[in-house]
Amino acid sequence: MGDRANPEQAAALAEEEKPQTGLRRMVLNMGPQHPSTHGVLRLVLELDGEIIRKCEPELGYLHTGIEKEFEVKNYQQAVTLTDRVDYLAPLSNNLGYCLSVEKLLGLEIPPKAQWMRVMLTELTRLNSHLVWLGTHALDIGAMTVFLYCFREREDILRVFEMFSGQRMMTSYFRIGGLALEPPRGWHERVKKFIDTFPSRVDEYENLLTSNPIWMARTQGVGRISLEDMLDLGVTGPMLRAAGLKIDARKDEPYSSYEKFDFEVPVRTESDVFARYLVRIEEMRQSAKIVRQAMDGMPEGPWKAADQHVVLPDREKMKTQMEALIYHFKIVTEGFRVPAGEVYLVIESPRGELGFYAVSDGTARPYRVHMRTPSFGNLQATAAMVEGAPIADVIASIGSMDFVLGDTDR
Amino acid sequence: MLPDSLRQHATAASVEAFDGEAVTGGNYDHNELTLEIAAVKISSICGFLKFDQGFARLSTVTAVDRYPAEPRFEVVYHLHSVEHNRRVRLKCRLSGTEPAIDSVTSVWRGANWYEREVFDLFGIQFRNHPNLKRIMMPDDWEGHPLRKDYPVTGSRV
Repeated sequence: MGDRANPEQAAALAEEEKPQTGLRRMVLNMGPQHPSTHGVLRLVLELDGEIIRKCEPELGYLHTGIEKEFEVKNYQQAVTLTDRVDYLAPLSNNLGYCLSVEKLLGLEIPPKAQWMRVMLTELTRLNSHLVWLGTHALDIGAMTVFLYCFREREDILRVFEMFSGQRMMTSYFRIGGLALEPPRGWHERVKKFIDTFPSRVDEYENLLTSNPIWMARTQGVGRISLEDMLDLGVTGPMLRAAGLKIDARKDEPYSSYEKFDFEVPVRTESDVFARYLVRIEEMRQSAKIVRQAMDGMPEGPWKAADQHVVLPDREKMKTQMEALIYHFKIVTEGFRVPAGEVYLVIESPRGELGFYAVSDGTARPYRVHMRTPSFGNLQATAAMVEGAPIADVIASIGSMDFVLGDTDR
Repeated sequence: MLPDSLRQHATAASVEAFDGEAVTGGNYDHNELTLEIAAVKISSICGFLKFDQGFARLSTVTAVDRYPAEPRFEVVYHLHSVEHNRRVRLKCRLSGTEPAIDSVTSVWRGANWYEREVFDLFGIQFRNHPNLKRIMMPDDWEGHPLRKDYPVTGSRV
């Protein structure tokens, strides 16, 4: 205890420490190191018995200054920074950033690259939802689901490795298209996975959807009204679980999403169970999109034709002087992007991911701001858990599916 | 003054009709509407856009540092109307000496953390903010990292 030199203070403290008969509030620090926060989030909870009266999230423990870093990289180098923001959905971040710079450049992306991007981004969504489902179920006490989910996730990571050489920090999308030519045999590999995947989702549902313990822990838990969520900046599956059909892939289509046939699942209960059902259905829909992209993959180039932006083919570099010069220019100086600003929004697995890119006409971004879904979603924590028992906190924050790297940047 | 070319955009026209003095400029680039708003009017314009024009969501609040130009800071608001599937960007310019602007937390509660982030990383004050303290950096941190005169690398320990 503190210094008790002051007799008045000491008397006051002694008074405070006497056993009390009435209710007494306790302040509990949950985190920053807590297994259920999946990263470093600190919740300062004020408890009245088991009931939470006040909740204050503290963040910033994973702040790495990524937005500052953007300003000293050239446009193409900065792609690698975006992987590290939401490390469970690296390709969604790659896509958002590339699209925003391509919008500034006015660059046309060939259909094959667009289809490839859609296919891999949807695999990323599956990857992210699988990690969410596995860990969310594990937090609530269902161990088996975790092992099943990570089995399928491993298959997806192997596909990423096949494409980019990396399991997680892929950086596979580049401004102007893709980083590498799609590998030989990708079609069979993805097909093999996507053929079995829907039956795997059935397996998860068998374990959870009508499991009485799961239902008791999730139904009616973590309720929050749609108005509150819109006001607080929540996006993504949480809004869809409250009855609002909102999805940037449908409302503001990018990368040819308008050419794909899929549904946006919606529930109305706005509790942890509804969010679970929405994400399960999203997995089925994503699998459908992956199949469409795979089967309808257009022929043609996988990167844009702009020689000022896209690196030339290796063969051309060896035979054409001009190609060699462009290669040298792009690698040493980067490419200039016309001055201007854009705000581009995509639907990441967690919700609205926005890139606000400002260019001053040089080869480095003047400013890049990322509107990350986890940051907005996490702001609803207090509204969701205040008044609920402490045991429900884990289920509630799990249902938000945040990634702390995405929150803190 | 609203540029004439923007009058055809419903949102721009409605803001001008609501308060002609509030709009100091704007443009329409890359299919995105930007309105420049006088900093003192930001709270009332945001209230109008939310309650009368259906911009239920505040997507994000951020800032751009134009150092060494003056006015130095741009505070940028991205609004989203789910109902009309429409977006608009509002921009306020602030001077580099003691930059301050009214908070919009009374319009959207969600502005809370975004404004705290801008305060933390740019050092812009938000008047009438309920809880204006650092959010990303430690409470005892000196300086505001996203300012252009803040070093990217250095010997700060």
